[in-house]
Amino acid sequence: MARVVKRRTRTTEPAVPYTRADIEALSQQMKEPGWVTEKRLAAWDVFEATPWPSTNDEPWRRTDYRHLRWDEATPRHSVNGVVLRDIPEDHRAPLIGAQQGGMVAHVGEKVVAREIADALASRGVIFTDLSTAVREHSDLVREHFMTHAVVPEQGKFAALNAAMWTHGVFLYVPRGVHVELPPHSVMWAPHVGATLGHILVVVEDGADVTYLHEYASPTLEQQSLYVGVTELIVKDNAQLRFVSLQEWGAHTFVFTHQRARVGRDARLDWMMGAMGGRFNKDFLEIELDGQGSWARMSGLYFAQGNQFMDLDTQQNHNAPHTTSDLLFKGALADTARTVWQGMIRALPGAQKTDGFQANRNLLLSSKARADSIPGLEIEADDVRCTHAAALSQMEEEPIFYLMSRGVPRHEAERLIVNGFFVPILERVPFEGVRDRLWDAINTRLEAAL
Amino acid sequence: MGSVLEIRNLHVNVEDQPILNGVNLIIKQGEIHALMGPNGSGKSTLAYTLMGHPAYEVTGGEVIFKGENILELEPDERAHLGLFLAFQYPVAIPGVSVANFLRTAINARRKLEDPNDKGISIPEFRRLLTKKMDQLKMDHGFAGRYLNDGFSGGEKKRAEILQLATLEPEIAILDETDSGLDIDALRIVAEGVDALAGPNLGVLVITHYQRILNYIKPQFVHVMFDGRIVESGGPDLALQLEEAGYDWVREKYAGAAQ
Repeated sequence: MARVVKRRTRTTEPAVPYTRADIEALSQQMKEPGWVTEKRLAAWDVFEATPWPSTNDEPWRRTDYRHLRWDEATPRHSVNGVVLRDIPEDHRAPLIGAQQGGMVAHVGEKVVAREIADALASRGVIFTDLSTAVREHSDLVREHFMTHAVVPEQGKFAALNAAMWTHGVFLYVPRGVHVELPPHSVMWAPHVGATLGHILVVVEDGADVTYLHEYASPTLEQQSLYVGVTELIVKDNAQLRFVSLQEWGAHTFVFTHQRARVGRDARLDWMMGAMGGRFNKDFLEIELDGQGSWARMSGLYFAQGNQFMDLDTQQNHNAPHTTSDLLFKGALADTARTVWQGMIRALPGAQKTDGFQANRNLLLSSKARADSIPGLEIEADDVRCTHAAALSQMEEEPIFYLMSRGVPRHEAERLIVNGFFVPILERVPFEGVRDRLWDAINTRLEAAL
Repeated sequence: MGSVLEIRNLHVNVEDQPILNGVNLIIKQGEIHALMGPNGSGKSTLAYTLMGHPAYEVTGGEVIFKGENILELEPDERAHLGLFLAFQYPVAIPGVSVANFLRTAINARRKLEDPNDKGISIPEFRRLLTKKMDQLKMDHGFAGRYLNDGFSGGEKKRAEILQLATLEPEIAILDETDSGLDIDALRIVAEGVDALAGPNLGVLVITHYQRILNYIKPQFVHVMFDGRIVESGGPDLALQLEEAGYDWVREKYAGAAQ
């Protein structure tokens, strides 16, 4: 009898503890306009029709999330009595300049701050939580929410967010308005359970803004889950500098779809620091739609313990004379694992495109592992697209060299790792953000060395 | 009395191969010694071993500095005692500026002397570094560049001498500091060392060629062959090697080595 070799596949689908009725109830509780409820339910249909991604799917080939316990990952709407002060001071303080243009803060999915500086409000800038925005700025949100940037069809978790989003932020900068004071939003998740956040940024023609968003949570005993969507819409001649900092607790599972659309002659400078989480799967995509558009993406991460981070980036050149520049640098300690998978695409007709991507990893432990998978798909013939990937370890020669000058081993290693991160931090023009990232790096380094 | 570095019957293996076969040498603070010899004779091995490179395995002998057998010490501890090695191939440290690195090195030493030390103040450090750079006729922009990263051969060697000047050791070993330098760069580097020489600095100049000794004048010249110091003498010995080469050394000592 022939022996049948059975391929190991998922035997049971995750039992997601949400139903269609939950979504209707949530939408009703939030007093959402009808179009929002409809949009949620349509997304739920997409969610149900979309198979769970598995390691058989290329973007998930190295990324197994079967250790996520769905029974602990239920949204909680019963948390009451939370206030802004529940969020650690560090995450509320301005990091860009001394003053901020507003603060939208959530504890779990509850809004605890919804402030905007007069200087912004008086010029028509909207900075508020997404639930308020769908009620008070229904048409504006409807025009941009999951229409231009992220759509439910992008994947199982994009559809889940579209159906079940629990909270979010809406930033809208009207045509030609230059915002001097940066708005700041925080999502602090101190409870076990799931939160599904949605960030929508619209920068109209010729407008200019710098925006900071932070995700953070304490390390809890049990797992928690964040399923997020970020949409950045940068219209013609507009400029957006977006800083996103992530310091999730050690048992948090994170799935995000983040996508920017960049219009004609517009500029996007996107900086992200990823430090925490047990498991991260982030899709970070830039669509250079308008001729002459420019985007830069700078990522910094430090994975330790048994952390897993998978960063999937795309730089899509959809128009001629577009430029993209991506640099991701990460350090890995203990048994941490990271995957960076980057793709530069140039559509037919996207002539004079200039795309660059680089990923550099520093291994601080022989048990850590970093995979870099760069990729190019070029369908235009007059382009310049290049990529680079490098993996390095702590070498004995530089350590010996520094020690020979009287620097102790531990300090020598710290200098070398700090030096490794300097090029990526030099791309961050905000001192407060750099200081925060240095602190995070050095705290992790103390534990690793 | 000044500090003394005394190497006694030093045997060293590299990857299980014996490279040093009983080196004896005494260097006192204020003296300048030259160590010459053909390629592969063990000169650089001696330099790295004295500084404590982990790849060099000491199989016998001892090195006494300030009354202590330093072979037991880590490289940073040897540096704190007053030992310095100018590398033949200085290592690039991307992202770490010359100034940042030197300040870290100075602070490490201060911290060792006084655990409560708060470190050298930035203005005080800046004054010190400016003075040393001026002394070596170096552009002040040098301080902000990443250590040895993208430096030319000459810049790397000058950076070594700047470190020597700033850290003020008692015994400095210059490992082939002249290699890879054109005559102008050599002169600048050698004049830098010459300016630092004096009663407080003992120097061991390791070199294949005599030409650096036109600038740094040794009182003692030693010839290494097959892992031993086989000849010692005054400055004349260097001139003799320059004229006659190393063949006579090989002929005289090759038999003895076997």
